[in-house]
Amino acid sequence: MATRNTRVLAAALLLLGSVGAGRAAERYGIGRAATAAEIAAWDIDIDRDGRKLPPGSGSVAHGRDVFAAQCASCHGARGEGGIGDPLVGGRGSLASAKPLKTVGSFWPYAPTLFDYIRRAMPMNAPESLSTDDVYAVSAYILNLNGLVPDEAVLDAQALAAVRMPNRDGFVPDPRPDVR
Amino acid sequence: MTRDSDDPPARRRFLVQGAAAAAALVGGRARAEEAAPPAIPDGMKSPGADVGSQTYGTPSRFEADVIRNVPKGLKQYTSASSRTPLQELDGILTPNGLFYERHHGGIPDIDPARHRLMIHGLVETPLILTMDDIRRFPSESHIYFLECSGNPGFEAIKGKTASDLVGLVSCAEWTGVRLATVLREAGLKPEAQWVVAEGADAAALTRSIPIDKCLDDALLVYSQNGERLRPQQGYPLRVLLPGFEGNMNVKWLRRLNVTAEPAYSREETSKYTDSMPDGTARQFTFLMEAKSIITRPSGTQRIAPGFHEISGIAWTGRGKIRGVQVTTDGGRTWQDAALQEPVLTRALTRFRLPWTWDGQPTTIMSRAVDETGYVQPSFSDLTAVRGLKSFYHNNATVPWRIAGSGEVSNGYA
Repeated sequence: MATRNTRVLAAALLLLGSVGAGRAAERYGIGRAATAAEIAAWDIDIDRDGRKLPPGSGSVAHGRDVFAAQCASCHGARGEGGIGDPLVGGRGSLASAKPLKTVGSFWPYAPTLFDYIRRAMPMNAPESLSTDDVYAVSAYILNLNGLVPDEAVLDAQALAAVRMPNRDGFVPDPRPDVR
Repeated sequence: MTRDSDDPPARRRFLVQGAAAAAALVGGRARAEEAAPPAIPDGMKSPGADVGSQTYGTPSRFEADVIRNVPKGLKQYTSASSRTPLQELDGILTPNGLFYERHHGGIPDIDPARHRLMIHGLVETPLILTMDDIRRFPSESHIYFLECSGNPGFEAIKGKTASDLVGLVSCAEWTGVRLATVLREAGLKPEAQWVVAEGADAAALTRSIPIDKCLDDALLVYSQNGERLRPQQGYPLRVLLPGFEGNMNVKWLRRLNVTAEPAYSREETSKYTDSMPDGTARQFTFLMEAKSIITRPSGTQRIAPGFHEISGIAWTGRGKIRGVQVTTDGGRTWQDAALQEPVLTRALTRFRLPWTWDGQPTTIMSRAVDETGYVQPSFSDLTAVRGLKSFYHNNATVPWRIAGSGEVSNGYA
């Protein structure tokens, strides 16, 4: 309760302070504070610059094994696609009549690869891979796309340093664009 | 057809009766005579089913073919969609059992007593809320449409029915708490610009919502058309962003991370972005623009010469529908349709136009205008700007071709 009273007091102070109009308002005292440990346990968001990538690392060589065991049945032995999306190829195709959108040709930020694999893949058992395995599979997919060498070992810093070919390929929404 | 599948005798009875009903639809005469004077309807000669014989009511068995439109032969059904049978529905509200589906990692089975919402990031006090907590906040109810951004794509618009073409739109009355109320409970820090929402599904689906939308009309909803959300619509809690593309309305909501920048998640970089002819891709294309479709008469239906009420639905993410124009001569002339009141902001609007078909082949089509003056474009005007590869946000007019036989078919095909 002391915490709640403190928060109500804080809210009152905020109202008196310089918080932008529309952002300060009454609080209801509903819910409880989340602890730092609880947040750390649930927060798996990785930003595009990779600042939130976790400790750990994985090699292309290990990623090849993990990919064969966990990914190839849907994405093809070398990421060419199947039940799952193609992950490899398509460089230079985006402006053609048949754009092939893959990690190599389309994805703008390498850390997003780690974020997505960790949260959603493999589709039948998401969040089952270890951090090192996620780094390794990311490294292997980037290697298949010619973006890191065969001997690469990726950690937070090395993954964030990979510059994706289509990094600057995205533009803001100009709509309404048809009159 | 399989609503009673876990009760074999009931199912057998149902199938036999269903077959009889189908035969009556084709033959017509025998059954029509049975109900015509001087015969007294069977249901008047003995009592019907008891009160409470269905503790959760379902449609008449004669409506058994009014079901979600599930595409056949997909490579997998974990990340896929099913469509609302628009051509079978009246009014503007979609029954909960027929609301369109789009899931990215299947439908989780969540016990609300165990569900938690975490709010963290750029807030004064990170919070954990139970469902009971969330229902304690002041609540609101609003009628809003929800539409998948790929409804339909731009290539191979080959569907037969209105549902095949545009069935990834539905509309409901949503009840919940303003997202702004919950964010203010945690206390936004001045640098808060985005809120990253995450679902408790196997895709842990993640989308970033601009703070202006969060503080405007965004809701966290727990009820739909008066009852708790169905599992397919995010039970027990989802985000509802009026007028924004469906996938941003994160279902099974478990986490709100307040940030200074978008997450640039897979969904908002490589997935839900719109590819242009020059190879660039438009990003953060949130808004669903004005759109309409005639649902009656529509594809696979058959009409006879004489009077018909043309009826359909219109909607816009920009606010209210101002008007709907209908052509019955392939676009040569357009007439104003009547709009069913109330015309609501970011909800479906039902339009109608009385029409007498002379039996000559023609094409009918509707065109919506919203309160900003934006006019629903033709497919050729739209693709002249965006090409054929953008996949998302195709809001072009939908032509229905009517043959001399009265058969109605897809004017794109």
